[in-house]
Amino acid sequence: MTDIEPDETVDARGAACPGPLMVLIGQIRDAEAGDVVRLLSDSDQSLTDVPEWAEEAGNELLAVEEFDDHNAFYVEKS
Amino acid sequence: MTEHVVIVGGGTGGSVLANDLADRLEPELDAGDVRITLINDDADHVYKPVWLYVPFGQREPDDGRRPLEDLVDDRVDIRIDRVTEIDTDAERLESMEGDDTIEYDHLVLATGSTLVPEEIPGLADGGHDYYSESGAVDLRDELLSLTEGRLVLSVVGTPHMCPAAPLEFVFMADDWLRERGLREDVEITYTYPIQRVHGNPHIAEWARPIMEERDIDVETFFNAESVDPEAETITSMEGTELDYDLLVTIPPHGGVDLIEEAGLGDDGWVDVDKHTLEAEAAENVYALGDTADTGVPNAGSVAHYQAGVVGQRLASEIRGRPATATYDGKTLCFIETGMDAASFVEFDYETPPAPAPPSEKLHWSKLAYNEAYWLTARGLL
Repeated sequence: MTDIEPDETVDARGAACPGPLMVLIGQIRDAEAGDVVRLLSDSDQSLTDVPEWAEEAGNELLAVEEFDDHNAFYVEKS
Repeated sequence: MTEHVVIVGGGTGGSVLANDLADRLEPELDAGDVRITLINDDADHVYKPVWLYVPFGQREPDDGRRPLEDLVDDRVDIRIDRVTEIDTDAERLESMEGDDTIEYDHLVLATGSTLVPEEIPGLADGGHDYYSESGAVDLRDELLSLTEGRLVLSVVGTPHMCPAAPLEFVFMADDWLRERGLREDVEITYTYPIQRVHGNPHIAEWARPIMEERDIDVETFFNAESVDPEAETITSMEGTELDYDLLVTIPPHGGVDLIEEAGLGDDGWVDVDKHTLEAEAAENVYALGDTADTGVPNAGSVAHYQAGVVGQRLASEIRGRPATATYDGKTLCFIETGMDAASFVEFDYETPPAPAPPSEKLHWSKLAYNEAYWLTARGLL
């Protein structure tokens, strides 16, 4: 468990393609610099494409919480 | 008591459903037990797939317009009006024209997508599109004057209408420029927001080698942040800046505001059960096509198949039987791969797409269907 307090949470569980990453990107687009967005995703692909995009975009993936049926990604907008 | 079915939106989903219900509920309509109203803010039905061909001089915007009166069954009341408020508790609608409140027993929202280029600074001035009649006509002029430089096709908004159309546009532009002897002087760059060239991994995997073969440059992880029309540059959230001589974009899309105002879902998309298409936040409300947030592509074929499901369900409900019809995610798309070849995909919630090898026959099938579409709108095909 993490004690990070997100500014926004987006629930992309069940989102079909292009999927949770696009939901995260949309939220980050609207966020202020320094805001932390928590993405809930049940897609395994998020485990690779969220870190890849965060690095590409210069945002920081602060933590990933793993649950039985989904993961929570904490991304801080740079 | 007469049950009133109100359909908001006269695009593919709304028109097919109106005709489907007129046929299915013929006895009830004749007996006066049911009436159907289709509300649209334009007297014409618009078939948007025509717009892809306008920039290449192959079709005119008017080819995609027909009066709703000509397409929709006479037993359906057509109301040219704009709904301004939905009250799902009282089961009534307010609209711009007339002082009357529209009461419904069954509501179907098929309001579709709108373009919101203003979400990206500079996009409305610097970008062109083929996702509107005026955009497609302007783009035709721009494309004709492009003899050298760089054409950038940037997918800015997702979800967007017809997910295959960005790929189709660059494949067609490549072929069109080759045929005109200009391809060596015009670079084509395609950008996509995520790490592949299409949202669906199977279609992306199929398209990428074709793009390499055709010398179409690709920028992935490119989420447009701003456009500078003076400097002719587009910059991404990821920090990449591209110069362009002609910028073609798929602008951000949104649904209509009244859906969010009615508490039915965010950004104008109705939260629905993806199988029954019933709204999650209200009773006696369905959504279909782009308006229904199911995760499947925003495509005419989806609206068409969903209209059949909603038609069956409404008929069952009106007749006091349990509604059993469900939508399985069925989607069907032709994908142009040039000016005289196309591929084809069919998929659903369970079965992924497997694009067919491109052929001239599939290209002609696509063009033939675009003509036959008017039978679909009439509920015949």
